[in-house]
Amino acid sequence: MSEPAVKVSVVTMYQARQEIYPRDVKGWYANWRWACVWLTQIVFYGLPWMSWNDRQAVLFDLAARKFYLFGIVLWPQDFIYLALLLIICAYALFLFTAVAGRLWCGYACPQTVYTEIFMWIERKIEGSRSARMRLDKQSWSVDKLLRKSSKHLAWGAVALWTGFTFVGYFTPTHTLLREVATVTFGPWEWFWILFYAFATYGNAGWMREQVCKYMCPYARFQSSMFDRDTLTVTYDAQRGEPRGARTRKAAGAAFGSCIDCSMCVQVCPTGIDIRDGLQADCIGCAACIDACDMVMDKIGTPRGLIRYATENAMVQGLGAAEIRRRAFRPRILIYSGILFVIVALCAGSLFMRTPLKMDVIRDRGAMGREVEEGMIENVYRLQIMNTDERQHRFRISVSGIDSIALASPDQVELAATDSRGVPVRVRIGHGKGEKGANKIAFEIVAIDDENLRVKEEAVFIVPR
Amino acid sequence: MSDFTSGFWSAYVAILTLLGIAGCAVLLWAQAKVKIVIPEGEEAKPTGHSWDDGLTELNNPMPRWWMWLFYITIVFSIAYLVLYPGLGSFKGKLGWESTGEYQAELKKADQEYGPIFDKYQSQDLKTVAADPHARAIGERLFMTYCAQCHGSDARGNKGYPNLTDKDWLYGGEPAVIKATIMKGRNGVMPPMGAALGSDKDVENVAHYVLNLSGATSDPIKVAFGKEKFTSCVACHGPGGQGNPALGAPNLSDKIWLYGGSADTVVETIRKGRNNTMPAFDEFLGEGKVHLLAAYVWGLSNEKALIPER
Repeated sequence: MSEPAVKVSVVTMYQARQEIYPRDVKGWYANWRWACVWLTQIVFYGLPWMSWNDRQAVLFDLAARKFYLFGIVLWPQDFIYLALLLIICAYALFLFTAVAGRLWCGYACPQTVYTEIFMWIERKIEGSRSARMRLDKQSWSVDKLLRKSSKHLAWGAVALWTGFTFVGYFTPTHTLLREVATVTFGPWEWFWILFYAFATYGNAGWMREQVCKYMCPYARFQSSMFDRDTLTVTYDAQRGEPRGARTRKAAGAAFGSCIDCSMCVQVCPTGIDIRDGLQADCIGCAACIDACDMVMDKIGTPRGLIRYATENAMVQGLGAAEIRRRAFRPRILIYSGILFVIVALCAGSLFMRTPLKMDVIRDRGAMGREVEEGMIENVYRLQIMNTDERQHRFRISVSGIDSIALASPDQVELAATDSRGVPVRVRIGHGKGEKGANKIAFEIVAIDDENLRVKEEAVFIVPR
Repeated sequence: MSDFTSGFWSAYVAILTLLGIAGCAVLLWAQAKVKIVIPEGEEAKPTGHSWDDGLTELNNPMPRWWMWLFYITIVFSIAYLVLYPGLGSFKGKLGWESTGEYQAELKKADQEYGPIFDKYQSQDLKTVAADPHARAIGERLFMTYCAQCHGSDARGNKGYPNLTDKDWLYGGEPAVIKATIMKGRNGVMPPMGAALGSDKDVENVAHYVLNLSGATSDPIKVAFGKEKFTSCVACHGPGGQGNPALGAPNLSDKIWLYGGSADTVVETIRKGRNNTMPAFDEFLGEGKVHLLAAYVWGLSNEKALIPER
């Protein structure tokens, strides 16, 4: 045996993006994806136009630090809900990934959804896969220029509308629309509309699969949530191989079910060949399943050469019922249980919380002063936050020491979603309470609504 | 003050920074194309790292847009260092500094809120005090700037006057209150221990003073103290009624700045008191002080605040 011939070559460590021309695909999973596109985009584009209580239904007012979600107004103190939301998202991702791989990527991820929309526009303007490939190879002509420029114009329009909608979640949409009409945006509105539009245009128009392959962090760690019973888009090599083109007469004998038509490769948005096995680049969109099923129907072979299956199913030849049974494995049950508990806790506390908050700040200037008849007085500032969208009058009361009473007005009125520091004086009779710190509690109750109440502990100091 | 103790450290930081950027650029350029020895028939060459189950790391090319992002980052960093301070003590072509930004924000805030204060400043203090909106602003200003000493309820503390009663050291007219906040006050009660004589004398005067306000006192001490009180008349007046021109407190009422027990009064007379109200004119500006003065005046003149019908 001779030594293998050695050649020295210069390798470019950076590679130009290879244009992928995914073929249009129709079928069961494509319908699901389009359903997700419609659902998410109706919600995304529609929400900023809805009203609630004379204001935008969903508005994240960063300047006023108030988040409006229909009937709920969140203040910075409600930050815990954001943490809970992120935990819920993370657990849902764990659960879905463990059950059926990259479900999020394939159906609902904004990158997928916008790429789908942009590709639809591309198909409408530049035509089918082969037409697009032809068009790109052509030298420049009036037709090509027209098609290319109208495609980018259409993309730009969708991207700008998306950017506008996005900013509409932070600045009231109707105000924003008036500003669009008169071109009087503030600098930040300009920046974010254009930035978000540019990101949409660039990601869904140009970057596409590169985002999934190189930029997305989820792509890096999703494989650690897979196990041998996770459903993934799988090519049944046992049934398919050896693959090869055949004539109608020679069908059967020497070949497997795969006729090597390469439809599964042509429809793949990340440009991989699923027949090489599960790969990190596979976003689990199941376009290849739809394409292969279509071909199987045409050649009159059962569907499912490419299908959602698990590794164990492939190795041990498990049936659909067995796969379903294994879906209820401990890991999935634990994920579901935790997810359910957190969602229930979050929803419960969100609906049961009182739209009223109070902080008690004791005046630090004095330990406590002696007033007429030997009574001891302490001064507090009650920071009352009426997070309700109605005006309320509150009654302030104090308890904890014998004879304790307010020596300042015990009622205060707060406008809707207003916050105010109310100075209050609290007195106890001569000789009451312990020397030093005494535990007391303030309570405020809305006069028009007994359920709207909040109690906070504080310390009353009796000078030694 | 300069950021660096000597020019050397400025140059040291600047050169290290520039070398770092240049190093990144060279590395990027050098790594863009690599000579690799490839046995014929193979394409990508494993790096040699491998894990269990034959998992190997390949040395595949990165996307080219990524390389361009790196180049853009380098260009950006150089442009940034030219325009903004970042290279040692080099100030940057734009002359940006954080103080300037702070001043600009301050100016912007003044432009936004100035008209509100201007509107009230052109009004009479009593009119301002009767305006609920102005009082709400005044209350917030008071909570921020005055509550530390005078208390959230404005009733003061030991040594800090109660602002809600009718007793004023310098006079309770709105204009006087405004002058007090603008220019501050310096209340000095000299130590009178030595001038009065023995500890006994001081105690006698203290009892006389307590008697003036109707507090419990020893009649004998009061009688002796009355003679010695002549030393106090210059400021507090013959009847101890005080003198607002000097800020000398009225001793004939029941209100005490430092406390009305015999021991406290003795201490005040013997050691004197030194009281400072800081000036707020430069810190807050007249517009805010105007609102504050109106608010403080309103605290002890609630009746005047009810709007006329």
